[in-house]
Amino acid sequence: MHYSIIRRLATQPKLANVPKRKWKSVVGLEVHAQIASASKLFSGSGTSFGAPLNSSVAYFDASIPGTLPVLNRKCVESGIKTSLALGCRVNEVSMFDRKHYFYADLPNGYQITQQRAALANDGKMTFPVITPGKKVYYKTAKLLQLQLEQDSGKSLHDDYLKRSLVDLNRAGLPLMELVFAPDLETGEEAASLVKELILILRRLQTCSCKMEEGALRVDANISIHQEGDPLGVRTEVKNIGSVRSISQAITYEINRQLETVANGGVITNETRNWDAENRRTVAMRDKEVLQDYRFMPEPNLPPLHVNLKPGSMSTEDLLSVAALSEEIPELPEDTRQRLVEQYNLNAETAIILVNEPILLDHFLSITRSLSDLPNKVIYNFLINDLLTYCNKLNLDVEDCSIKADDLKDILKSLHAELINLQAARQLVDLLNNNPKAKVSELIELHNLQQICSLDEIENLCQLAIANQAKAVQQYQKGKAKALFAIAGEVAKLSSHKANMKLVVQHLEKLLKPTNK
Amino acid sequence: MRRHLQWSIKQLIASYSDGQLSPRRVTEEALQDALRWKTLNAFVRLTPEQAAQQAQDSEERYKLRQPISDLDGVTIAIKDNFCTKDVHTTCASRMLQDFVPPYDATVCSRLKQAGAVILGKTNMDQFAMGAGTVDSLYGPTKNIWSEDLDKDHWRIAGGSSGGSASAVAAGLCYAAIGSDTGGSTRNPASYCGVVGLKPTYGLVSRHGLIPLVNSMDVPGIFARSVSDCVAILNTVAGPDKLDSTTIRKPFTRLNLPEVGQIDLSTVRIGIPKEYHCHGLSAEVLETWSKVADLLECSGASVRQVSLPNTAASIFVYTILNQCEVASNMARYDGIEYGHRAADERSTEQLYALSRAEGFNEVVKTRILTGNFLLLKKNYDHYFEKALRVRRLIAEDFAKVFDSSAKEERVDILLTPTTLTEAPLYKDFASLTNRDQCAVQDFCTQPANMAGNPAVSIPIRLSRAGLPLSLQLMSNSLNEQLLLTVARWIEAQVEFDSLEHTQQYKASL
Repeated sequence: MHYSIIRRLATQPKLANVPKRKWKSVVGLEVHAQIASASKLFSGSGTSFGAPLNSSVAYFDASIPGTLPVLNRKCVESGIKTSLALGCRVNEVSMFDRKHYFYADLPNGYQITQQRAALANDGKMTFPVITPGKKVYYKTAKLLQLQLEQDSGKSLHDDYLKRSLVDLNRAGLPLMELVFAPDLETGEEAASLVKELILILRRLQTCSCKMEEGALRVDANISIHQEGDPLGVRTEVKNIGSVRSISQAITYEINRQLETVANGGVITNETRNWDAENRRTVAMRDKEVLQDYRFMPEPNLPPLHVNLKPGSMSTEDLLSVAALSEEIPELPEDTRQRLVEQYNLNAETAIILVNEPILLDHFLSITRSLSDLPNKVIYNFLINDLLTYCNKLNLDVEDCSIKADDLKDILKSLHAELINLQAARQLVDLLNNNPKAKVSELIELHNLQQICSLDEIENLCQLAIANQAKAVQQYQKGKAKALFAIAGEVAKLSSHKANMKLVVQHLEKLLKPTNK
Repeated sequence: MRRHLQWSIKQLIASYSDGQLSPRRVTEEALQDALRWKTLNAFVRLTPEQAAQQAQDSEERYKLRQPISDLDGVTIAIKDNFCTKDVHTTCASRMLQDFVPPYDATVCSRLKQAGAVILGKTNMDQFAMGAGTVDSLYGPTKNIWSEDLDKDHWRIAGGSSGGSASAVAAGLCYAAIGSDTGGSTRNPASYCGVVGLKPTYGLVSRHGLIPLVNSMDVPGIFARSVSDCVAILNTVAGPDKLDSTTIRKPFTRLNLPEVGQIDLSTVRIGIPKEYHCHGLSAEVLETWSKVADLLECSGASVRQVSLPNTAASIFVYTILNQCEVASNMARYDGIEYGHRAADERSTEQLYALSRAEGFNEVVKTRILTGNFLLLKKNYDHYFEKALRVRRLIAEDFAKVFDSSAKEERVDILLTPTTLTEAPLYKDFASLTNRDQCAVQDFCTQPANMAGNPAVSIPIRLSRAGLPLSLQLMSNSLNEQLLLTVARWIEAQVEFDSLEHTQQYKASL
C-alpha cells in the first residue's frame, strides 16, 4: 500500500477486549455541502469565507420584518447538477418548508429547508474503498435524498465576559444536504465515500469542499447489531472536521459501542461530538430534549418546478434538467477508467492519481508534452517521489508550490540521463523551497549532473571494488545480489551522482572475466 | 371642511396642474387636520418633515409642468405594518415600538416614486390580529361616524386597518394603504363608509409588509371612490422580484369606463346563499337585496349561487392563521431588533421575557395555539386538514366563476361585507378577540382563502346614521370588471364618504 493512503487513514488507539465475533456495524452519513455561489440561497449578500463579522448580511438574513426569500437560481442549478452526477431522480416539483427551533444564530426562528418534497431522490454513489493493508474494493451507498436548505449563523461564546455574540455572515448560505442510506460498515468506507464525493463536487464546481472552512460537514449515524438481528440503537457523531477524522471518529465510535455492549452496557440514542485532539467521541454536554420542529410549508416560496423533458432548454422561469445534464463534466470514476484504458495504468495507480487531482493534472500535462517519456516513469515519479516527499513534510500535495513545467524539466533531464533519480528527488526539495528557481540553474548550482564519463566511472568502480572486498568475493562466488553492495559503494563515493546504469554495466564487466 | 376634499384624485391633480391648489398647501392642511382629529387616533405617527419635503418636490414638478404620475402630490397614509425607510414601523406593538426599518416596502417605494406625499403611519390591531383596531399599543381608533366621539358611546372603526379607514373617512388623506388577511381592509372600509379593495393575491407585492399570514396577506387600498382606488392600484400593482409570490405577468393598468358607458346586460351577478348567515342584521340584508334588485333592474342577470364550504371557512382560516402566526412571530426574540427584556441571565430567559413583554394576549394566544397545531402529532389532523378544506373553498369560487356550464357561471358575487353597522366600542370590547374575528370576518375571509379580489363599497346609512356597505368579489385578476361594477353601483347609490355629522359639527 502506498504511503499516501496510509497517511489519510491513520490508525486508531486500540480499545481493550473488543469482542469482534458476530457483531456488525452499520454506518450512515449525512453531508452538508455549501453550494459554491456568489450570493446566498435566498438573498443577495455575499458568501466569501472570512469576511469581517456581520458584513455579508442582507436584511433578509437578519430576518428584518417584511423581507422575503428570493430563490437563487444558480444554487438550484448546482443542486440539480450534483443530483444528476450522483444518479438521482430530480423531482419535477419540489417544495420548501420551515423547520422551527429557537437559537440565537437562527434569526427567523426557523430554517428554510426541503422536508416534504426534496430537490432530488434515489441516487447512489460507487466508490473505491482504501483500507491500509487491504486490497482496494468498490462499495455502493444509496443516496436517499438531496435537498436545498439555508445555513444558520454562528454563535460565539465569550466565556471570560460571559456573553454570547452572533455572526450572521453564514446565516442563509446555500447548502445541499445529502442523506445517505446506512449502507456502510466501517470508518474507512465512510471516509472513502466522502473522499469520492469531494472529488465529484469539485469536478462539478458546486462546492469548494473545504472542510476546514465548514464548506463540507459530515455527520455519521452509527449502530451495531448482531447478525440476523434488527439494527441497533444509533448514535450520531457530529463535528467531524476532516476526511481523516471521519475514519477515526467512526472507528472509535464502533469500538466504543462494542465495548459498551461487551461490558453489559446499553447504547443510548444520543448525539456525540468528535474530539479530534483526544481522538474520541464525547456525549454532547446539554442533553438534547426531543425536538418537535413543527414543520410547515414555506408560504413565501412557490413550489420549485423544473423541466424534465428531454431536449428542453432552460427559460427564465423554468430550469431544464436535460440542459443542465449537458454541463456535467467527466466524473472521477470515468477518469479512472480512461486512465486504465488510454494510458495502460493499473487500477490502483489510476485511483491514486484521480484521488489527488493535482497529480492527475500533472500527469496529463506531462504526458501531453513529453510524449516519448514512458507513462510509468511519469506516474512513478509523481506518486513515489513527489507525493512521498509531500507526505513526509505533512504537506498537502495541492499546496506544494512546484509547477508542472518544473516537473517536466526534471523528468526531461532524468529521461535524458542528465541527472539520476537521487538528483531528481533533490530537485523536488530545492524547488519546493525556492519555487522561482529554474531546474537547469539548480542542476548547475548544486552540481547535480550525473557522472557519465567512463573514466570517472572506472575510477569510482575500482575504488569501490577495493573498499568492498568481501562483497566482491561473494559476487564472484555467484551471489549476484552482492553487486548491489558494490554499486551502493560507488553511489556513496560519487555523492549519489554516478549514472548507476553505467556503473552496474561497468562493474559487471570488471568483475566477470576474473570469475571465469 | 376643506372644499377640495370633495374632489377626486383626478380633480385634485387637475387643480395642481392649473395652479388652483398646491401640494404644499394640501399637505400642510392635511397635517393640521390630522392634529385636529387626534381624537380619532387614526395616525400612530405623522411624518411632517418627510411629507413637507415630498410636497415641495411635487410642487416644483408642477411648476415645471412635469408631474411624474397621476398621483403626484396626492396625500396618502400608510398602515403601520408596512416598512417605511427611516420611519418607525411598530405594528402597534411593544415588540416593534422602537423598530426603524432600513428600507421601504415595495408599496411605499412605488408610491414615493409616483410622487405621492406620505403623511404618516396609521393605527391597527397589534400585528394586524383583530377586527376592530381596539388592540393597539396606541389605544383604539374611533369611527368618525360615531354619534358621540366622547365617553364610551363611540363606534369602532373596524380592523385591523382601522387607522387607514378612519383617516380616509375623516378626509385626512385621499387614500390609504392597509393590509387584508381575512378582511382587515374591507371590514373597516365597511364601517367607515369608504371604498376598501383587496386585490388578487400576488397582484401587489408583500415585500415590506410585516406578515400576519403570508399565504393570505394582500396590501389593501382605501379611498373615497372607486376611481381613486384604481389610481392607487395602478401605481402599486405589478410583479416584484423581491416577492416571489407576485404574479409574473406584467400588470396592465386598469382603465374603467365612464359610468354612462357601463353595460350591465352581459354581467352575471351571483348571490351566494351561504352568506345569508346567522347574525346578519336586517338592515344589511335589506341593503343587499336592494342592490341586487337595482342591478337586475338595470339589465344584469342576478341569480342565487352556492359556495357550499363557506361555513367551514372561518374555522379553517383560524387554524391556518394561528399556525402561520406562530411561525412568523418566531423571529421576534429581541436579538437582532425589537423589544429586548433586561434579563440576560441566559438566552432562553432573554427570549422568554422579551416575548412575554413584547406581545399582547391576542398575539401570545395565537402563537401558543399555532405551535400546538403544528406539533407532529397534530399536524395532519389540523393544518393538513385545514389546507384540504381551503382547497375546497377555493374550488367553490372556481366553480361559480369558471363553470363550464354557461348558465351556472357568474362574473361577480355580491355579498355583505360586515354583518352589521359599526358596533359600539363597549359592546365590541366585551367579546373575546376570537369571537370578534369569527363574526366580523365571516363574509370577508373566504376571498383570502381563495386569493380572489374583493371590494367593499359603502351603499347607504343605517337608521343610526352609520354606513352600510356591500362586498363584490370576482375571479382572480378580474379587477377590471370587479371595479367597473363597483363604480356603477357607487354612481347609483351616491354615498358621500364625508357626510358624517361629526364632520358637519366640526365645520360649524
